[in-house]
Parts: sequence; C-alpha cells; structure tokens
Amino acid sequence: MRARAGGGYDGIPAWIYAIAAIGAVFVLLPLAAMVVRVDWPNFLTLVTSESSLTALGLSLRTSAASTTACILLGVPMALVLARGTFPGQRLLRSFVLLPLVLPPVVGGIALLYTFGRQGLLGHTLQVAGIQIAFSTTAVVLAQTFVALPFLVLSLEGSLRSAGQRYEAVAATLGARPTTVLRRVTLPLVLPGLASGAVLSFARSLGEFGATLTFAGSLQGVTRTLPLEIYLQRETDPDAAVALSLVLVAIAVLVVGLSYRRPLAALVETRTR
Amino acid sequence: MTFQVEADIAARGFSVSLQVAAGETVAILGPNGAGKSTLLAIIAGLLRPDSGAAQMNDKVFFDLNGSPEIWTQPHERGTVLLAQEPLLFPHLSSLDNVGFGPRSAGMSRREAHGLALHWLTEVDIPELADRRPAQLSGGQAQRVAVARALAASPDLLLLDEPMAALDIDSAPLLRRLLKRVLRDRRAIIVTHDILDALMLADRILVMDQGRIIEAGPTREVLERPRSNFAAGLAGLNLLTGVVTGDGALSGVGRSGGAVSDPAGSRGAGRDPDGRRRAGDEGGDRVFGQLDASALPGQQGIAVFLPSAVSVFMEPAHGSPRNSFRVTITDLEPHGGQIRIRAGELSADVSASAAADLGLEPGIEVYFVVKAAAVAIYPADAGPRDR
Repeated sequence: MRARAGGGYDGIPAWIYAIAAIGAVFVLLPLAAMVVRVDWPNFLTLVTSESSLTALGLSLRTSAASTTACILLGVPMALVLARGTFPGQRLLRSFVLLPLVLPPVVGGIALLYTFGRQGLLGHTLQVAGIQIAFSTTAVVLAQTFVALPFLVLSLEGSLRSAGQRYEAVAATLGARPTTVLRRVTLPLVLPGLASGAVLSFARSLGEFGATLTFAGSLQGVTRTLPLEIYLQRETDPDAAVALSLVLVAIAVLVVGLSYRRPLAALVETRTR
Repeated sequence: MTFQVEADIAARGFSVSLQVAAGETVAILGPNGAGKSTLLAIIAGLLRPDSGAAQMNDKVFFDLNGSPEIWTQPHERGTVLLAQEPLLFPHLSSLDNVGFGPRSAGMSRREAHGLALHWLTEVDIPELADRRPAQLSGGQAQRVAVARALAASPDLLLLDEPMAALDIDSAPLLRRLLKRVLRDRRAIIVTHDILDALMLADRILVMDQGRIIEAGPTREVLERPRSNFAAGLAGLNLLTGVVTGDGALSGVGRSGGAVSDPAGSRGAGRDPDGRRRAGDEGGDRVFGQLDASALPGQQGIAVFLPSAVSVFMEPAHGSPRNSFRVTITDLEPHGGQIRIRAGELSADVSASAAADLGLEPGIEVYFVVKAAAVAIYPADAGPRDR
C-alpha cells in the first residue's frame, strides 16, 4: 500500500492508517447494519406508503424553501462578515455560528419564544393575522435557523480566499458596487456558494429537534421525513429502517454533488 | 487640463504631491517599499489618505482638507489600474473581459463586444477573443488586460509594474505595445526597470520612503541623477559635496550625504556602511569637469561611470586624478566584466584584471578615476514635485 507505484513519500506512519481505518469502519458499519436490516421484499411498499410519501414531499419542499432562505439571507451576511469592517464584527460572527453548536431542541424553544403565540413577536404577528408556530412556515424557519451557518461559513471562506483584487480592478474599470457583486464577486465564489447551499439543504433535510419543538408533528403540515421515521420506529420498525435508507441515499447524493465540484475549473484558474 | 494630487498618510510617512499634464506619461521609480503602489492606490480610490486632495480637470477625486470631505468612489474616477498580474476575470472570455468597462458604463452587449474586438485588434490578439483567461499565456493575458484597461477609456491610466511578472520573451513585446498605446495618453507607470522609463515616460519621479526625492525629464534624470537611486538606475557612481572655485567638489564623504543634502531627504544616510572615503591623495576633494552653472559654495554632485574607474592596490599619484581608498564589499558579473562594489562606488574591470589583483570582498584597494571622466553639477535643480 505504501509502495504503490507513482505515489511519493507520504510521511504517514503505518499505525495512523490503522486508526484511520477503524474510524472509517465506525462510520460505515452502522450504515451497513441498516442496509442488512432492511426488509428488501417490502421495501417499495414501505417507502411508498401514503404517510411516507407525504413526509418525503414535505421534507423536500421545506428544505428547498429553507435553502432559498439561507441563500437570500446568508449571501449578504457572508459578504458583510468577509468584506465589511464594523464594530462588533467578530462578536457577530460568533453568534451567527451559534446554531451550529446549539442543541436543535434549544433552537426550537428559542424560535417558539420569538415567533410563537406567547413569543416576542407573537402579538405583533397575531395582529397582522399571521400564525407561524406549528405551521409549514415554522418548519422552514426551524430549518433555516439551523442551516444558515453552513452557508455563511462556506461562502465566507470562499470570499476570503478569493480576495478583493478582482473587485478592485472591476471598480476602477467603472463598475458600480452592485455590478461588481453581480458580475465579478458572485461568479467567482459560485463554487463556495454551491457547496454551502448543498450543505444547507442537507442540514435542512435532516432537521429534527428544532422542527419538533417549534413546528410539532402534524401529518402533511409539519411532519417531515425525520419526524416520520421517529414516529414509525414505535409502530413499524421496518418502515422506519426503509425510510432511513431513503434519507441516507439522498444524503449520499447531496454529498456526492457537492464534492464533484462542476466548477472546480473556476477555482483553479482563480489561483493562477 | 492637468491631473494633480497631494496626499499624506502619517502612519506610513507618506507625503506626495504631483501633477500630470494631459497626454503625459510619468514613470515612478524607487526601491521596494518607497510608496509607489500606495500612490497609485490613492489615486485609484482604493486607499484613503489622511489628508490631501486630488483633481482631474474639474472632477474632484477627493478633498480631505475641506469640510465637508469629498471622496469619489473608484468607479466614478475614470482611472484604470493595470497591475503586475493581469487579473482577468476568470469566468469571462477575453472579449467579455475587455468589454467589461464599456458594459459597466451602460453600453449594450453588442456595442461592447464590437469595441472589445477593436481593442483586442489594437493589441494584436483578435484571434484570442473567445479564450478564457486560463487558456492564455502570461504575455497574452497581460495584453488582454491592456486592452481591457484601454477599452474603459480612462482619463488616467495607472500601471503598476505591468512587465514585472512577464517572462523575458513577453516583456519586450508588451513594452513596445505600451509605447504605442501610451502615446498621447495620460498615464503613471510604476516600474523597477529603467528601460520602461526610457521607452515609455516623458518624465521620471524617484520615490523613497514615501516621498518624491527627484523629478525631471527622463533624459535629464539619467544624465544628471541627483539621488543615489537614480544614479544606480543610470549605472553611475554618485558623490555629493560642495562646489569649490577650482573645479572640484569638497567635503565629499566626510559626513556622508548629510552635508550634501539641503533638503535632508535625498537618500541621506541611508547606507552608512561602506560609505566611500575620499582618498588620501585627494583629501576630501573630487576633481572633475565643472558644469558652467555650478557656483562655488553650492551643493554639488559628481558622477562617473564604473567603467571609467581603474583599480589599484597602491595609491595612484599625479593630478588630475581622483583616488579613493575603499574596501571591496562585493564582486559580481556585469556584462562580460566584473563589477567591483565598494559601498556606494563601483568599478568595472576585466575578469583577468580582477584575478591578477586578487580582488575579493574585504580587501582595501584604490579606485582611481580621471578628472576628465567626472562630471560635476549643482545638486539643487529644484524638483517640481516633492
């Protein structure tokens, strides 16, 4: 393995390979265990039951919506964090990342006390005739809340490594700031934006704790696929396992997409 | 119809003021860290000085002296910055890169493409219009960058060492191209290369430590340098002192450049080690061909070519000659000869002569130069820009 033709000296001790292998097994074995446990003859019936399809559809719709929200809110946030200079910038960055480390249930409670009927904005919203908690909107809000840091982090990193030299050139060529953003900055960080969006989508798809707390579990309204799986586990473990496998398949697809990097060529030319 | 700027940045010790007339190309030379790129960034609007003002014709770039302060954004200034690296937008074709400026100015896509093709033709590479920057060589990319800069029809073109990143084959090509397109165009070019100044510029400014220490028409600066840096560019040895009545310069080397420098900025005391010492024979005087304008008592400068210097192990007697006792600091190859460096002075000798004399760093020798080979002229030409 170490003396493979064409490979140079890698400087990694053999025992590191051994531990890395254990780590890989630790990640892959549970997936394999699940695949083994799947009731294959009834797989299709299980995943195409009405409640499953409803949950899957809701999951995909809400995740798409929250990814859109993440892009709309996250792009400006990343730009401000990466390029702007203002007091409290570091503090703001720390708080933006908070949802990453916060238990989702806590996030759900926080959202409930913001947008819920008894919450901070509850009265205002009620007057406006808007009811958010325990609605599909709540699901999207919960997902956006937990997924936003992924997009901001990914894009901010891209913006920092891209630097501002192209923007400076564009400005001296007579492009106003909005033109620079549209024609130079965003195309340059598109790979970072794409991978950030994919990660946000994946995180939204897997969201459970905040959704359950803030949005509840109403079939067809707020019961996304993870909630459905949790519920089925009690009554129909076979269905739970089959649906889990569907989520795994989607996750693998998403990760595969974000790592294939169709725009890798762009990144390459940028570092020339 | 002139462009003028004055700007100060206290923290960097930066203080510059200069004018560029319409159609004039000014070269800015100077050692690394002299503030050359800082000056361009200030003019382009990418860096805000502490105080100062800049104006082109009627357009105020910035005025930080008045109240309220005025600051015009880079995209509204009409200055285009061409840097060492082409910095072509990697996601756009050559044509779209060149068309970027016109498009930003509100031109339609079609018109912009037409104009872009015109400029690509102007820089002799219309066939590369559809290429992406990644498919261009360094020289080609820089030519596209030149076309892109010109297509934006700048009132003032700022060039920051545009040839520095090019290989030795591409640089002459681009230099010729720039010579063609900079004719009758207002431009400021920062460069390390005296050849750029010679070919492209009407006027030279030498900067050091955030200030302009020398300014003048290219030919004048090269023939009669007034700073060590300019002398180095022109390949001349430079000594400073006071003009005496008998066609000599006195006070040379006694207290270094400090005595010789009325403004106190002309590279004074920058290089204390290896400073030349006047030879025993000539005292602290340098004999040479005195310029008619040099009056006794005036600060003066003496210059001579390294090739006019002979190297001896013993003091050389007999006037009219100058003899300097020096300690060799370096030897290096120089155009088929060996350049002997002794602090600020250099001498060119043949390799065989260097071997015969056993020259090596650390030994003491005498640099001898005939008075006829030394030109002495007044130091204070009163630079127009500071």
